[in-house]
Amino acid sequence: MNAASDPGPALLEVRGLSKSFGTLRALQEVDFTLRAGQIHALLGENGAGKSTLIKAVTGVFPRDAGIVRLSGSEVALGSAKAAVDAGIATVYQEVNLLLNLSVAQNLYLGRQPTRFGLVREAEMRRNATALLAEFDLHIDVAEPLGTYSIAVQHITAIARAVDQSARVLILDEPTASLDRHEVEILFAVMRKLATRGIGVVFVTHFLDQVYEICDRITVLRNGRLIGERKTAELPRIELIRMMLGRELAETTSERAAAQVRTAGELCARFEGYGKAGYVAPFDLALRRGEVVGLAGLLGSGRTETARLVFGDERADSGSAAVDGKPVRLQSPRDAIAHGFGYCPEERKTEGIIADLTVRENIVLALQAKRGLAKPLSRSEQDEIAMRFIRLLDIRPPEPERPIGLLSGGNQQKVVLARWLATAPRVLVLDEPTRGIDVGAHAEIIRLIRELCDDGLALLVISCELDEIVTYSDRVIVLRDRAHVDELEGEAIDISNILAAIAASSTIGAEVGQA
Amino acid sequence: MRRLPPVAITAIVFVVGFALCTAQFPNFASTRVAANLLTDNAFLGIVATGMTFVIISGGIDLSVGSVIGFTTVFVALAIERLGVPPLVAFAAILLLCAAFGAAMGAIIHVFDMPPFIVTLAGMFLARGASFLMSTESTPISAPLYSTVSDFALRLPGGGRLTAIALIMLAVVAAGAVLLHFTRFGANVYALGGSRATTALMGIPVGSMTVRIYMLSSVLAGLAGIVFSFYTAAGYSLSAVGVELDSIAAVVIGGTLLTGGQGTVVGTLLGVLIQGLIQTYINFDGTLSSWWTKIVTGILLFAFIALQQAMLDIARRAGPRKTGVLKS
Ligand SMILES: Nc1ncnc2c1ncn2[C@@H]1O[C@H](COP(=O)(O)OP(=O)(O)OP(=O)(O)O)[C@@H](O)[C@H]1O
Ligand SMILES: [Mg+2]
Repeated sequence: MNAASDPGPALLEVRGLSKSFGTLRALQEVDFTLRAGQIHALLGENGAGKSTLIKAVTGVFPRDAGIVRLSGSEVALGSAKAAVDAGIATVYQEVNLLLNLSVAQNLYLGRQPTRFGLVREAEMRRNATALLAEFDLHIDVAEPLGTYSIAVQHITAIARAVDQSARVLILDEPTASLDRHEVEILFAVMRKLATRGIGVVFVTHFLDQVYEICDRITVLRNGRLIGERKTAELPRIELIRMMLGRELAETTSERAAAQVRTAGELCARFEGYGKAGYVAPFDLALRRGEVVGLAGLLGSGRTETARLVFGDERADSGSAAVDGKPVRLQSPRDAIAHGFGYCPEERKTEGIIADLTVRENIVLALQAKRGLAKPLSRSEQDEIAMRFIRLLDIRPPEPERPIGLLSGGNQQKVVLARWLATAPRVLVLDEPTRGIDVGAHAEIIRLIRELCDDGLALLVISCELDEIVTYSDRVIVLRDRAHVDELEGEAIDISNILAAIAASSTIGAEVGQA
Repeated sequence: MRRLPPVAITAIVFVVGFALCTAQFPNFASTRVAANLLTDNAFLGIVATGMTFVIISGGIDLSVGSVIGFTTVFVALAIERLGVPPLVAFAAILLLCAAFGAAMGAIIHVFDMPPFIVTLAGMFLARGASFLMSTESTPISAPLYSTVSDFALRLPGGGRLTAIALIMLAVVAAGAVLLHFTRFGANVYALGGSRATTALMGIPVGSMTVRIYMLSSVLAGLAGIVFSFYTAAGYSLSAVGVELDSIAAVVIGGTLLTGGQGTVVGTLLGVLIQGLIQTYINFDGTLSSWWTKIVTGILLFAFIALQQAMLDIARRAGPRKTGVLKS
């Protein structure tokens, strides 16, 4: 933690900012002050207006009222470019990257080193390699960004912004798909920038991270400013109360005592299942009423396991059986036909259909499962949509709103609802609580437990070990694309999982194929 | 192993095609045939270079054929009727084309309209305007025209590399440099990746769009000038359907019709493949020249299917690469 005691001069001041989308008042007279050398958390529930505030400041959205001052003088930023030119670099929540360009081009687009008008490719690559090395990332920067994992893509976006941040760096949920180690590297970089006098705005739903790195906290709720506090003087309970406007029964991270559920009958079984160069062959049994957690570092093979199980990737060894009968899972379609559901990690790109409404997005998978011959009636659709909007507290609670206009976290909830609506027998959830606020987080964990009690078999992937520990009946630990350990019952706790992950600690291995 | 880039496949198709022609007609493999291939397709190579930029940026330009037609009529009338010196007429038409392209780009950006619609309107507009100016073919007899058509670099083996072929090669080379080695070129690819993201990354999307369509129209104008050299006339019905030939050349050249990927060299190969088919038909002497269209259609279909297959493979392609993270 930096010395939060002597605040630098005000760097970015926002006064009386308001913004409406039609009748929806997304921001009402919000004030925000960022000082030089400060790491400032911008917090609030999903849909509170954090991303809107950022975009209204950087000029992506025009604002209805209010002023922005940069180092004391008023600025009128009209576009993302104007903001960058003024020294404000931003990683927006819908991460700004071009997968068809090389990593180096993504880092330097619009500001490539040139000579006589020609881009100096070699120099650009050298700079890119050096820049990423600061993030402990050592990759071939000439390759298209799309060939790298989501984590690498995010780090690239962050590195670009960090490199451009002359005065202010704004990060909207940058850590959502990063691993512990990568988060630490990011934090080290943020601290370094802060000591150089750059102001950092940090949006996140991970409260641990807020307490670890931020000097100050500004909380928004329903588009209004609730308050600004010093982190050191704001107890966690109080912070949550500010965000939610109510108390939150803090039950989530306790492992339920009565969790010794009697595992139900075997639902799906995989033996020697694997794919060369992808995931080493593994055995996996999924039983009714049981939650199996997959733990491991990013790139350890968690998502890969899920995709094999769901048939999104074809296995080249081993066998699968559902209810004791051998089956072939060649495609997601096969898997869905056998009652599988999969809520992917990359909900933003793989999950939502931006132009469809919330209702249409929710019933999508259910309709696909029933087949086009049996359309859901409109009233059935409305009922299902409203049930999940209520259950997951999707805001605003309007089923007919195009999903693209929802806040990031609320979009995630809709995709989750889509798979829950299919009432699958085996449900794979990849990072179900990503980008979801503290209030809804507890709801989702409660929901996972309930689903299990209803006899669903669940396979859950999460970076948050306390979350895994909370709901799992069994935890499979992965390392270097292989299942290396399995913990059960009493043995499930954070330190055991960490020990299993670290057991060989040759984490440096390059796991990708070329 | 790296996957074969689409442009390599285009090159292989061209080489194999050339070899097959040579096998059938031994005197096919001569500098004469090669040089004629370049001359006959010079105007197509020039428009297709501009089209490559437009398509990579995620757009389309249907107006280019009409712009060529308009240019030939404009140039012919200016020189023959009004007695304007040819070079002045060329400068005037290129400026006019630049304004026309800029206007289309501005409309596409400001009103957020599909390029397909805007350039379709541009296509009717330019063709209509050329009919208004003249409905019949106007021969051009300015001395510059005979000087240019007499000029040629003699190649060993009897081939004549004409002025218009040289102009086309220069345009392709300049286009390749612009697309692959400048910031402008990188922005073109970025736009084809995603317009919204490109804007968030601080690239001036509006002025890029204007400049891309301006480039395409100016090159169409230049192609029109070259076409007028080639035919020594201006005619309002010339170059009908050339927009489609150039789109076909671009796609056969390995550029993704949805944008974001492609090369200028590929486009040149795409143009030459179409020319090769035409030349084969001329050699054969019995085939209808419409076979060019049929074979082009088949190739186009094959390439689009191939691209789709490659996209699918890329999507399913094993693990995403993970960086080396040392702890
Ligand atoms: N382009 C848009 N058009 C209409 N409404 C929008 C638009 N963008 C956001 N909204 C609405 O504005 C409100 C604030 O959204 P915002 O994205 O700022 O939330 P957030 O605090 O960033 O939430 P999250 O934590 O989920 O990312 C939400 O109710 C959202 O539905
Ligand atoms: Mg947001």
